[in-house]
Amino acid sequence: MIMRLGAKFENYFLARPLTPAAGHRVDDSVSDERSAEDDQDTRTAELVADFEKQFPGGPLIRFRLRRSEDAFSLTVLFGPSGSGKTTALRCLAGLERPDRGYIRFGNEIWFDSEQRIFVPPQQRRIGYLFQDYTLFPHLTVARNIGYGLRTIDRAERLHRIADIMQLLGLSGLANRYPDQISGGQQQRVALARAVVCRPRMLLLDEPLSALDVPTRVQVRRQLRRSLEKLRMPGFLVTHDRVDALALGDHMVILEDGRVCQSGPVQEVFSRPADLSVARIVGIDTVERAKILHVSDGLATIQIGSAKLFALASDDVNEDAYVCIHAEDVVLEQIGSTPRSSARNRLIGRIRSLDREGPMMRVLLDCGFPLRALVTKQAYEEMQLHEGDEVVAVLKAGALHLVSRGEFEIPDPRAA
Amino acid sequence: MDFEAIWLSVRLASLTTLILLTFGLPFAYWLAVSKWRFKFLLEAIVSLPMILPPTVLGFYLLVAMGPQSPFGQVYAAVAGRFLPFSFQALLIASVLYSAPFALRPFIAAFAGIERRFVEASWCLGESRIVTFFRVVCPLSWPGILAGLVLAFAHTLGEFGVVLMVGGNVPGATRTVSIAIYDEVQALNYKQAGLTSLVLLGSSFLALSVTYLLQRKGGIL
Repeated sequence: MIMRLGAKFENYFLARPLTPAAGHRVDDSVSDERSAEDDQDTRTAELVADFEKQFPGGPLIRFRLRRSEDAFSLTVLFGPSGSGKTTALRCLAGLERPDRGYIRFGNEIWFDSEQRIFVPPQQRRIGYLFQDYTLFPHLTVARNIGYGLRTIDRAERLHRIADIMQLLGLSGLANRYPDQISGGQQQRVALARAVVCRPRMLLLDEPLSALDVPTRVQVRRQLRRSLEKLRMPGFLVTHDRVDALALGDHMVILEDGRVCQSGPVQEVFSRPADLSVARIVGIDTVERAKILHVSDGLATIQIGSAKLFALASDDVNEDAYVCIHAEDVVLEQIGSTPRSSARNRLIGRIRSLDREGPMMRVLLDCGFPLRALVTKQAYEEMQLHEGDEVVAVLKAGALHLVSRGEFEIPDPRAA
Repeated sequence: MDFEAIWLSVRLASLTTLILLTFGLPFAYWLAVSKWRFKFLLEAIVSLPMILPPTVLGFYLLVAMGPQSPFGQVYAAVAGRFLPFSFQALLIASVLYSAPFALRPFIAAFAGIERRFVEASWCLGESRIVTFFRVVCPLSWPGILAGLVLAFAHTLGEFGVVLMVGGNVPGATRTVSIAIYDEVQALNYKQAGLTSLVLLGSSFLALSVTYLLQRKGGIL
């Protein structure tokens, strides 16, 4: 009991902003004010987590993470179902108590099994989006959004509700009940309800999985844009590659409760640390592409120094990722000039050759790394060697473009 | 018609329902969400009055309240009179006897609330208690209402326990059901019939309103 009290006190103490030099300065109050303002502005803090959690009969989940950003950034927890992503997220939120380890956010300790510290979700000041949004069915949209603002003065509360509703395009829905609005709108109400309390971090559990496919595409675009607008850092759980690419900045790959790899999204996709990560991410080449122009549904894109054609969907913008499956890359010997329907022919040098079952995995350097998968027979017929130059043939349809939000007027607060 | 008895029964039922609402609601919620190992024992005890003959419950209560028991002696020392055959004795007995009729619907309603609603409220900064009043209660009101109506109606009609601990003191423990019994004993069938009709009508009305509201609650 005494130990618990001590831990609580320490936790309370640590949770207070530290202003060590303030006492020695003449303009005491000014410096205090400024530090409080800085706290509000940056809003992000380092999150360090290293914990274990096991449900009876479930796999042992070992989660390790260190994230510190100065600006807005989204970290994707990616992995197959049962890999422990949602459990990890729930532990970060305080909805689940890990068995061992610690979680620290800035200078607050949220969980420490040795010091017996556990900060409940109410005191972590985070926003959590449940998979099915979990809007309170007995409250209207406006009352759902204002739920976390009970202690705030009425005028200010109504003002904040109206503001966030306008920002997220929910105006006019104030008096509807959750079952009277669409899935996409429900998702935005859930987002509004979470962010209107000004959390320091957002945790999103499969935010798009409850939506049907056409809505999903639309909401995916809006979500990234909204989060950028709000400049709210966060963590997002998904098992969908397109979600990860379209929404994430960083990515953590989980398999069987273990963190396999973490890093920038594109790096994890294009340079998986090992075979299991490669299998989980399932895409072989992911590169940042610039879209030069679009005509007749065909986009001209630039990757590094190479120019390529890709099929353009309606929602492409300047900034996109291009994804290419190794199976879709056809290799030809240089010098052959057959007429073909394929739009893209790239000359590349073979960097490496690896056996993969009955196939050969070929890494080419075409100005960007391109992976191809050919049969062993083709490999022997073509007599491929490291250092050789070959032509990589790609149909425009094999280049999948994933846009990142919509082109935006830069946020003045970000400047 | 024995208006004194009807008024007494209504007072008894209202107070019983109020006590069950105040103390039963939090207790039922604890029973619904608790993961305590020996919870099943408490659940069994709460439901015991449903299958126990009223005379058995009444007998034990009478003994517990009597001048021989420590509880009875303490009560007598404080209140200046003995507990049995008083309105207070009737109230204690009614609360215990009607508890399962209130608590079981409460528990069923609370157990039906999905945990994620509660968790969503926690993540929005609300404590467990505030969450109980802002989310759990509004979402389970049909069950809460059903429990209250059942407890009220059940207290209104109880007979065996009342007879055992209350006796038949007009204005203090002579309830409607006892009054009807007396009329029948005195071969006063007309009076008995009239009072019975009041009891039948009010019970039917209460249950109809409950089921109607529950259906409305389902649509909302």
